[in-house]
Amino acid sequence: MTINQIQDELVEEFELFDDWEGRYEYIIDLGKKLKPLQEAQKTEDNIIKGCQSRVWLDAHLKENKLFFEADSDAIIVKGLVNMLVKVLSGHPPEEIAKADLYFMQRIGLQQHLAQTRSNGLASMVKQMKNYAVAFQATEQ
Amino acid sequence: MLNIQKIRQDFPILNEVINGKPLVYFDNAATTQKPTPVLEALMGYYGHTNANIHRGIHHLAEKATADFEASRHKIRSFLNAQLWEEIIFTYGTTDGINLVAQTYGRKFLKAGDEILISAMEHHSNIVPWQMLCEENGCVLRIIPINDEGELLMDEYEKMLSERTKLVSVVHVSNSLGTINPVAEIIQKAHAVGAKVLIDGAQATSHIDIDVQALDCDFYVFSLHKLYGPTGMGVLYGKKALLDAMPPYRGGGEMIKEVTFDKTTYNELPYKFEAGTPNIADVVAAKTAVEYIENLGKANVAAYEHELLEYATEALQSIDGLRLVGTAKEKISVNSFVMDGIHHQDVGVILDQQGIAIRTGHHCTQPLMHRLGLAGTSRASFAVYNTKEEIDKLVVGLHRVKKMLG
Repeated sequence: MTINQIQDELVEEFELFDDWEGRYEYIIDLGKKLKPLQEAQKTEDNIIKGCQSRVWLDAHLKENKLFFEADSDAIIVKGLVNMLVKVLSGHPPEEIAKADLYFMQRIGLQQHLAQTRSNGLASMVKQMKNYAVAFQATEQ
Repeated sequence: MLNIQKIRQDFPILNEVINGKPLVYFDNAATTQKPTPVLEALMGYYGHTNANIHRGIHHLAEKATADFEASRHKIRSFLNAQLWEEIIFTYGTTDGINLVAQTYGRKFLKAGDEILISAMEHHSNIVPWQMLCEENGCVLRIIPINDEGELLMDEYEKMLSERTKLVSVVHVSNSLGTINPVAEIIQKAHAVGAKVLIDGAQATSHIDIDVQALDCDFYVFSLHKLYGPTGMGVLYGKKALLDAMPPYRGGGEMIKEVTFDKTTYNELPYKFEAGTPNIADVVAAKTAVEYIENLGKANVAAYEHELLEYATEALQSIDGLRLVGTAKEKISVNSFVMDGIHHQDVGVILDQQGIAIRTGHHCTQPLMHRLGLAGTSRASFAVYNTKEEIDKLVVGLHRVKKMLG
């Protein structure tokens, strides 16, 4: 599936919920399902510091595809992190670098991307794109 | 007795609907909402008075200057300062502390001199002193606290010596609500010849301030935590000290005469007010102070204490919730942590229910470190809050537990 197909699928899943509780319970569930990072991966290099919660992001390239692993100490952020990983992980770096992330907006969660200082999610997206650009450069 | 329903009508923002629910605003320690008279003062200033002050000879310039200076006189009486020249307008509490550090600190403190602050300080009362210490080699020492969040006054006394030149402590802790015994702190510091700055950011809307009775050397606060506008604060300083301090920022208004060879400086308070000040917000600050004076600070304090006691009991009834900051003397702030639930998750789920609280380290990272916490959730109450709203918070927290526990 392409990045946009995955985004569309997520948007559709969220359309099933008619109240905030359903949406957030689903996000919390996604948070619980995200495979936690190994302690060894939770390095200073991999940390993205928000004002309130921390996010860790690790990336590796395999057969010209970029894979992300991530974690957070707050469960809702972890659920959102899971969604970002689902959307962006496993695609060629050039596709990740130019991806237009519209699913948060469509689901109505864009405020979580805007609160740059509080949860580090916006910085995480930026960092994912930075990885993509950097790996693109090494490929060439 | 205050008529709280009537007071609520003075605050239009309380009618906002957030995520489909009526707003419950419990983030008053971050900033309070503004009553209609303050909003009207801002509109009125821009609509009928706006002009630059202290310079023009036309009607509006004179009116704007008079309104601006009337605010200074009002704040003088609000603090019971002796002289109007002792009231310096700043951009806020942080700005006031930086002013003292960069003028008094740079001129009068030298290598080896000690500055005492407490373990519960806001970053605003830590970093300016660290910057000064790095520059001139003075030493920052920390007055410890107990687990309830109270200063250890015995330890404080032991730390005082002829090396102590400045004590800078918070009147009321923003994270915990603790009211510190500032009169005693000031008296003991003066006994060893040290000067004292009190950070009153969290105090002025809850406690009567009398700078002459306290005998503090500097007192700083922000108007936006006192039902007034943002971007406006006050530095009170004793005249003799302010006179001895060099100017801070250079520019217009702060000068007497400028030539390319030499500039002489204006007198107090203008020496510290370079550039066109925040005129509209200063003017509206007077209205904010009058608003709380009309309510009566004693009435406000009594009602807020009632809210604090009600909330303390209600929060303690929630299984797995622990209050952080249980000092005997507190203002209406309840910080808490919940077993196994990250504070940010608490904030997000409450926000969905229209309830605004603050979560995180509250700009007191060293305090959080001392308490062994990454952060807390903090509900802080103002005069327009109600017990019914506290009930909604409790219901909201039960939902947090159900979803996240």
